[in-house]
Amino acid sequence: MKKKLTLATLWLDGCSGCHMSLVDVDERLIDVAGIYDIVFSPLVDVKEFPEKVDVTLLEGAISTDEDVEMVKRVRKSTKTLIAFGDCAVTANVPSMRNHFKLEDVFKRGYLETTPGNSIIPDEKLPKLLEKAYPVHHFVHVDVFLHGCPPSADNIFYTLVEIAEGRTPELSKRARFG
Amino acid sequence: MSSSVKIKTLTIDERQVGAREDQTILEVARENGIRIPTLCYLKGLSPYGGCRMCIVEIAGSPKLLPSCMTTVEEGMVVSTQTERIKKYRRSLLELYFSERNHVCSVCATNGYCELQSMAQEVEMTHVHFPYMYPHLEVDATHERFVLDHNRCISCTRCVRVCEEVEGAHTLDIKDRGIDVRIITDLDQPWGESETCTQCGKCVHVCPTGALIERGKSVGEMSKRKQLLPYLTKMREAQK
Repeated sequence: MKKKLTLATLWLDGCSGCHMSLVDVDERLIDVAGIYDIVFSPLVDVKEFPEKVDVTLLEGAISTDEDVEMVKRVRKSTKTLIAFGDCAVTANVPSMRNHFKLEDVFKRGYLETTPGNSIIPDEKLPKLLEKAYPVHHFVHVDVFLHGCPPSADNIFYTLVEIAEGRTPELSKRARFG
Repeated sequence: MSSSVKIKTLTIDERQVGAREDQTILEVARENGIRIPTLCYLKGLSPYGGCRMCIVEIAGSPKLLPSCMTTVEEGMVVSTQTERIKKYRRSLLELYFSERNHVCSVCATNGYCELQSMAQEVEMTHVHFPYMYPHLEVDATHERFVLDHNRCISCTRCVRVCEEVEGAHTLDIKDRGIDVRIITDLDQPWGESETCTQCGKCVHVCPTGALIERGKSVGEMSKRKQLLPYLTKMREAQK
């Protein structure tokens, strides 16, 4: 039997919809489990990102100082980094705040939409960057798996192709949005 | 066809084709089932040559030429899908995406957008350029339609259909280059326009979600692509 690859999945500034789509692979998850060991994910109880991972599915835009640190660390430990979904590929919905001042974003998020609240939390929370960025703004990305969310078929196809040592051809299969 | 019109013979993608001397490379290619991608071109409107997606290579010319604006010549050797052209088309499209806020997932035309499907056609998987994230307005003052500058690619199809087909000339453009904007009347809110006939042709020729019908939510705004070909055909039949 072929040695299993290790797979990490990560959820940064996104809605988790890409992870939902991963679960939507349905019964083929059994096939995925036959090729990959999931070593880090919101779906498994591991706190530290491993030293070495074969494949990482990275969902979400990069929006905080913690995200930047994390994405650099993930890049260092990962052989094949996949920008997983439109937020990771384009910054997508999180980037819709980008043309507003950070101050106005906080006001909108914490004060205007929460009647009675007068506090903008600034302790023990990751520092929000001026803008939300796509993953490749900070680190090299090996595979761009776009879509909001990427279809289960494209996710399964991508994972199988990589496991087989091929480069997934997603440009014609996947679509933004 | 009058007998005074000359016929030219040329080669497109290694195929010998015949054309009237007044035809453009794009027209001839389409007649012969050769696909050249376009965004600003629309049959029934005057060619504009703005989007540059239809660029082709012509043997002997170092320049890439827009096929919608280039008339055929005898013996011309045209290539529409070389690696060089594909690379330029992809880069151009990436620039379109980087210049405005095209967030497909929350767009009324998601699934029906020509910019979105063009990304697939030219095999664009991500944008290499930094995004500009400009602050742009949405004009929702009109009772039936919405103009969202975030999603506009300045193809001017709306401007041309408004002037050339509807004859109202409500829509026009102001400023140049990256600052170019679609305006209504003398750059006043669309809802206050005195010339708009509310015909909606602009909405249905718009390739993206920049012009939509009011009240349409994500993925609900399909465009009536048959509208302009139908009008053109009927008008030609009347002549």
